[in-house]
Amino acid sequence: MGIEGVGARVARKEDKRFITGGGRYVDDMVVPGMKHAVFVRSPHAHAQIKKIDVKKAQAMPGVVGVLTGKELKADGIGNLICGWMIHSKDGTPMKMGAWSPLAVDKVRYVGDAVVIVVADTKGQARDAAEAVEITYKELKAVVDATKAIQPGAPQIHAESDNNLIFDWEIGDGKATDAAIKSAAHVTRMKIVNNRLVPNAMEPRAALGHYDKAEDHYTCWTTSQNPHVARLVMSAFYNVAPENKLRVIAPDVGGGFGSKIYIYPEEIVCLWASKKTGVPVKWVADRTESFLADAHGRDHVSNVEMAFDKDNRITGLKVDTIANLGAYMSLFSSCVPTYLYATLLSGQYNIPAIHANVRTVYTNTAPVDAYRGAGRPEATYLLERTMETAARELGISPAELRRKNFITSFPHQTPVIMNYDAGDYNASLDAAMKAADYAGFAKRKADAAKQGKLRGIGMSCYIEACGIAPSAAVGSLGAGVGLWESAEVRVNAVGTIEVLTGSHSHGQGHETTFAQLVNQRFGVPIDSVSIVHGDTDKVQMGMGTYGSRSGAVGMSAIVKALDKVEAKAKKIAAHLLEADEGDIVIENGEVKVAGTDKSLPWFQVALAAYTAHNLPAGMEPGLKETAFYDPANFTFPAGCYISEVEIDPETGVTDIIQFVAADDFGNIINPMIVEGQVHGGIAQGVGQALLEGAHYDASGQLLTASYMDYTMPRAGDLPSFKVSTSNTPCPSNPLGIKGCGEAGAIGSPPAVINAITDALGVVDIPMPASPATVWATIRAKKH
Amino acid sequence: MSDVSLTVNGKRVSGSAEDRTLLVHFLREHLGLTGTHVGCDTSQCGACVVHVDGRAVKSCTMLAVQASGSTIVTIEGLADGAELHPVQAAFKEHHGLQCGFCTPGMIMTATDMIARHPEGLDEATVRAELEGNICRCTGYHNIVKAILAASETMAKGAKGKAKQAA
Repeated sequence: MGIEGVGARVARKEDKRFITGGGRYVDDMVVPGMKHAVFVRSPHAHAQIKKIDVKKAQAMPGVVGVLTGKELKADGIGNLICGWMIHSKDGTPMKMGAWSPLAVDKVRYVGDAVVIVVADTKGQARDAAEAVEITYKELKAVVDATKAIQPGAPQIHAESDNNLIFDWEIGDGKATDAAIKSAAHVTRMKIVNNRLVPNAMEPRAALGHYDKAEDHYTCWTTSQNPHVARLVMSAFYNVAPENKLRVIAPDVGGGFGSKIYIYPEEIVCLWASKKTGVPVKWVADRTESFLADAHGRDHVSNVEMAFDKDNRITGLKVDTIANLGAYMSLFSSCVPTYLYATLLSGQYNIPAIHANVRTVYTNTAPVDAYRGAGRPEATYLLERTMETAARELGISPAELRRKNFITSFPHQTPVIMNYDAGDYNASLDAAMKAADYAGFAKRKADAAKQGKLRGIGMSCYIEACGIAPSAAVGSLGAGVGLWESAEVRVNAVGTIEVLTGSHSHGQGHETTFAQLVNQRFGVPIDSVSIVHGDTDKVQMGMGTYGSRSGAVGMSAIVKALDKVEAKAKKIAAHLLEADEGDIVIENGEVKVAGTDKSLPWFQVALAAYTAHNLPAGMEPGLKETAFYDPANFTFPAGCYISEVEIDPETGVTDIIQFVAADDFGNIINPMIVEGQVHGGIAQGVGQALLEGAHYDASGQLLTASYMDYTMPRAGDLPSFKVSTSNTPCPSNPLGIKGCGEAGAIGSPPAVINAITDALGVVDIPMPASPATVWATIRAKKH
Repeated sequence: MSDVSLTVNGKRVSGSAEDRTLLVHFLREHLGLTGTHVGCDTSQCGACVVHVDGRAVKSCTMLAVQASGSTIVTIEGLADGAELHPVQAAFKEHHGLQCGFCTPGMIMTATDMIARHPEGLDEATVRAELEGNICRCTGYHNIVKAILAASETMAKGAKGKAKQAA
């Protein structure tokens, strides 16, 4: 490992611009003639649109255009789609209700976009938006998924009876029922996974620019996957053909899943730019983000876990209702199915599993992938149930887990996944040691003397990343392939550009990807530029989500580097009159092994471009492209331990310590990996203690600002103790598993297991806020 | 419309803005200083923190016209030429940022925090003082580490200067 190579803690190249105010986010973009857009959104959760009158608004100062869904439809702009087909167990396809980018005759959640107002300034657009007169006929709303599928609930889409989108199953129902019937013990729980709002700190934004002379569109947007945005906007929304649409995702201020999807706003801004003849910029307010970004989680499940007399799990039966909100967002259908139920085996040997999942429309914001996406829901369900089972069976939580760990690989679970490598005992050992688990009893007794309640909880998670082998996801209903692309361009002077389909919105790709190149050719990372986020520069790519940029994105770069290296060696062998097999590239030099013959790296690059003396028949240039389609999912796993102290007088929970012991496979930059874990844990602890999106019964979002939705702040969290014990992933050339989501997946059950341990209760709802904890303590006393 | 005159990052600037223009929008849209960010509508997130007459202020809580006559430092004006301010350097060294959106506000808050605590900082104080700044990426772990490190570096620097003066 060199100082800038694979495995080194290299400080990030991209930081310079961010710490000096030089970051370039969509809201920072200015195009000549640019105007500002404000959306008029539905104040009702469910209503018919009777009349839209824009006359007054059109006459307001500075107004350039006031446009409605009717005009949008007349121009042939398509409805938003969900890109992953799921079939119900009766064979019928999912019931996708129409989602117009601007509502035409009906609104289905508070925040549904109805009208776009474009004006010289944002203030003027806001004033004019208030002058748009819309007459609604209110309809009854339903926000709770378990109520929305009851007979007589308000019907949200004509396409779906009882608001049921699909009723899907996986696994062997008969074998699972038999295991439960013959079990020595069955643990039963109802598990609720609270609804969250992703809250990337940069609100979503779009700047649409139609160039009339060129008949060409440019869209600057806060996207995790600009090529997917271009594809979907071209193929399904009829905005423009792909060759006439350029999508640029510049610096993007966090995503966490919420910026994967193509939302109504970017489509409408592009269309409105053509319609009004001016570039149109829209930037969300924070409250708009709360209302109209895709939310996450919102599952209600019943689980039965069967054990034999030796405390081995014999079966797991899960029945889940997942709230998908008012419309099916782009990947909403795969989250509670293939990203959730396929992980229900956890780290355990479970011979029989059956899961039934019903997804439901409600009058709430669309729900889609949020950091972890399905895997946090599976982990929470499984790890809460394991904890409860251990308490019921009277054995330690660690012992019950160890007894059931999968210890030989590859391991085929009953729910599709084939785990390729792992060492779950190693993570558990590391976490227990780091947490001084053995000393907990004394710490608990000491805390009790101070009138405080201490608890400790663990969570052994597994997830599937490296999403995903294209043929596999295609067979499961995905509308896209999930490979990644890379292009490595060696310039004539030896500096290197790597063009990647991955997109960095905080992950540090400009550094880690350059470390790969440094490792290979010894070129300083300062001489390596990573280019991403622009469909005019980078060939088709699939973007960043599901912790795939390492396992899939970097694997594509490795493939391209292999090709560049092979060609460079051929050129060098020719120039040095040596055998190609004897050429080695080290520290920026191309050498003949065992001799003192060598060339500096740049001379090989220069030779490729001067082309004065290349091997016979070789094309000039040193630039290679690769597409990498993963062979399997990857399976990061680990053990998290949380120790809490609760003040019974106030219900306030302090996290005394939080330990994470992860297995991420090989690591490129440990500093960046640790940062990903820290951030994930904060979001997971946020879910467990602080965060929850709440709608009232009429469908008003009560938590629509930072005054009401509790974001984790520095004072809510401790410093974390993180470590890794890694087993390389055998499925990709770098042995990487992925680290982006683990923290958010593993931490909620660790925290809730600790709180229920401290309080001596079976369950407590998330978020376990001081009020909830206080009430739980009081309820237990009486 | 109102006239607004400010000293921003050492330069005198003036312009005319709608009365309702917030300081943050004046900085971003009139002066093109887009390093100061807007992350919320309720003065909770702290992405817009700048220094007004030497104090950390959320520039979304103040009208541009209210700030008229003040001396403002934004993230763009913190470094001394090519040399990073110690807080900027510490954020880089300790990986105190990921997406970078909250970072300018964090750094401006941190420099103010360090200045107000010449006696030095501990973790509990830093965490309490960061109450007005939200980060969604880092879990604050490395931000706290960076601020503590910068505080130490700056204290050493101050001592060094005091010695030199003596």
